[in-house]
Amino acid sequence: MLPNKFVISAVVAGSILLFNAKSIVYSDSFEPYKQEIPHTDLIFGMAPIPAGEFVMGSPGDEEGRKEDEGPQRTVSVDAFWMGTHEMTWDIFELFLNKNYEASISQKELSPEVDGLTRPSTPYLDMTFGMGKEDKPAIGMTQYGAIQFCKWLYTKTGKFYRLPTEAEWEYAARAGASTAYFFGNETSTLTEYAWFAENSEETTHKIGQKAANPWGLYDIYGNVMEWTNDAYVPQYPKIAEVDNNPRATSDELYPRVIRGGSYISEADELRSSRRFASNAKWKQIDPQIPKSRWWFPEAPFLGIRVVRPLEQPSEEEIMAYYDQAPIDDY
Amino acid sequence: MNLKNKNQRRDFIKTSALVTGGMMLSPFSIPGAHAAGSDEIKIALIGCGGRGTGAAFQAFGTDQNIKLVAMADAFRDRLDDSYKALSSKIGTEKVVVTEDKKFVGFDAYKDAIAEADVVLLATPPGFRPIHFEEAIRQGKHVFMEKPVATDANGIRRVIAAAEQAKAKKLNVVVGLQRRYQDNYIETIKRIEDGAIGDIVGGHVYWNGGGVWTRARTPEQTEMEYQMRNWYYFNWLCGDHISEQHVHNIDIANWVKGGYPVKAEGTGGRMVRTGLDTGEIFDHHTVRFTYADGTVIDSECRHFPGAFNKVDEAFTGTKGRAYMNAGNVGKLTALNGNSLYDHDGKDNINPYQQEHNKLFAAIIKGEYAYEDATRSAMSTMTSILGRNATYSGKEISWDEAFNSKIDLMPEKFAWDAMPKVLPDENGLYPHAVPGQTKVI
Repeated sequence: MLPNKFVISAVVAGSILLFNAKSIVYSDSFEPYKQEIPHTDLIFGMAPIPAGEFVMGSPGDEEGRKEDEGPQRTVSVDAFWMGTHEMTWDIFELFLNKNYEASISQKELSPEVDGLTRPSTPYLDMTFGMGKEDKPAIGMTQYGAIQFCKWLYTKTGKFYRLPTEAEWEYAARAGASTAYFFGNETSTLTEYAWFAENSEETTHKIGQKAANPWGLYDIYGNVMEWTNDAYVPQYPKIAEVDNNPRATSDELYPRVIRGGSYISEADELRSSRRFASNAKWKQIDPQIPKSRWWFPEAPFLGIRVVRPLEQPSEEEIMAYYDQAPIDDY
Repeated sequence: MNLKNKNQRRDFIKTSALVTGGMMLSPFSIPGAHAAGSDEIKIALIGCGGRGTGAAFQAFGTDQNIKLVAMADAFRDRLDDSYKALSSKIGTEKVVVTEDKKFVGFDAYKDAIAEADVVLLATPPGFRPIHFEEAIRQGKHVFMEKPVATDANGIRRVIAAAEQAKAKKLNVVVGLQRRYQDNYIETIKRIEDGAIGDIVGGHVYWNGGGVWTRARTPEQTEMEYQMRNWYYFNWLCGDHISEQHVHNIDIANWVKGGYPVKAEGTGGRMVRTGLDTGEIFDHHTVRFTYADGTVIDSECRHFPGAFNKVDEAFTGTKGRAYMNAGNVGKLTALNGNSLYDHDGKDNINPYQQEHNKLFAAIIKGEYAYEDATRSAMSTMTSILGRNATYSGKEISWDEAFNSKIDLMPEKFAWDAMPKVLPDENGLYPHAVPGQTKVI
């Protein structure tokens, strides 16, 4: 029996259970915290996002609305923490290169970390000349983003994963039903976001702009953020509350990306705006099969992690991380 | 070869204009292109790794009726992986490589070339001169990957074979795909038309994190280990200054309309200290001086974690140019005003474009593409840079070009020995600037 009607196909049975699991380790108190990357001086912030209900999608009269933002429906999500910032190259690079990680680590890498699958070295310069320090990591595939989460789990013991599309929108809205968490006024966007109007066509250091009410910086703009979900062009029509919805697929494309980026126009930064991943972003990858790790033509795409308050079992966690990659030609 | 760039520039531009214009001298039949009455073009893939397989996909991505009829690789497993990918995605109607047309080993290329009208050469670059010579000898059109050789000896062989290709009117396209990328074509056309005056300086970069390594396994002979881990051995790869940075160096040559007369530079092994990193350097900084005195700085490195930059920038007497592979092409006046800003949205994938052009010319019976000589000259420029950093000395083009040093093994066999071998600790000797002789 499926936990909700939004599941289009179950790739791994465990991955469905994951979001309904009631077994469960309950560890930290539900407060903001800083996650250290063990044996380094790198950290990232996590903000608690309380459980709740919201109306997902946009009303028909919202300025700039796209057809795929509806129909609106009430969605409930369980409590989770969300990264206060987009993940930076500083941290992502430790995952990219074991030798580099070992060189800056103050302790030898554990066998688990040592044995992890790491991305292939990208053929191109994946910063696209936009720099690394405190800048968001970009251009990774959803598979790469999930394997990064596995690396984080192996380092920290905490279940980090990508947000579902519902979790992302719920967190971005922070209780608001307007186009943006601060209202409908696009002139206010420059206080909160790097986008086409003010970015000068480059990513920016994380956290330079004001946060949303739930403490999330750059939730709009700077880079788009991976979600966990397959892209379906219409939300399901259901009257009752949709609990922790999640769309899965055995197709590699399209998957959902949220939040707009440094090259997006204002209306693409709306909380309900959806983007779909595209095979074309690997068009210039000269190798076959094409990289399962990199999109050489998606410099606008990054990661923000979440951590559910109730941590599922080890088995369920590994079922999530170990979903088989899909070959791309 | 003595290069007088200043005088050559006009000729160079004139020649390239003729070539890109697809000038038809007279109607002629294209040797071996396709059987009479058929529009089918038979291709063979020599070198079945990721890039070779990618090139085959791009051949199938053209508008032409392509059949893959033979494959060759030194390793059976590489060939099998490639065949699996191609036959499952393209279908066995077009990937018609029966068991007796799968050729494995050092000599496999000869038989595979014989089966086709057009050959795709995508093995490690050290083999390119041998394979290119054979393809031209057999009268085949060629797509070959860059760089086209790893030492001056190989460069001279490619240039000689290119002369034969010209005489036989065989189209040759080389995978310096920036030459087929709209932002480069459009921006450099404007530079050649004088938009920013004469080019008097520039910088070209390939600063990245490095590439794959493949671990040694106990059953491997030294030859097999080096072949599997080819990136780290000069006879196979030419060092990363050739293997990757040749792209950016080629842009410098394109913009200058010639080749440097000398080079000096610095390089070494800072992070490449392990057992799996062979003999190549991990960084090179080279100053190339052109005949008119213009200096173009070239930088390439493989430093994980460091700042990355892969692009090209030039200064002219009236303005500046900036280009990169992400479809950027910008020209600005010295006062900062924009003169040209390429809109890359509609750029065609340059890897696809080079195949589209090649196969369209072949099917039309045109002789339009002669990339081999200029690609050999740009590869030679990268070898000149390597000579400068390995030796720590100023090296002239003529010295480098005429060098008799031959990096290739004397014999190709799994039990034969390459010229560079590991010491008792498993470490390979590498160049030491100030001591190493490169000429």
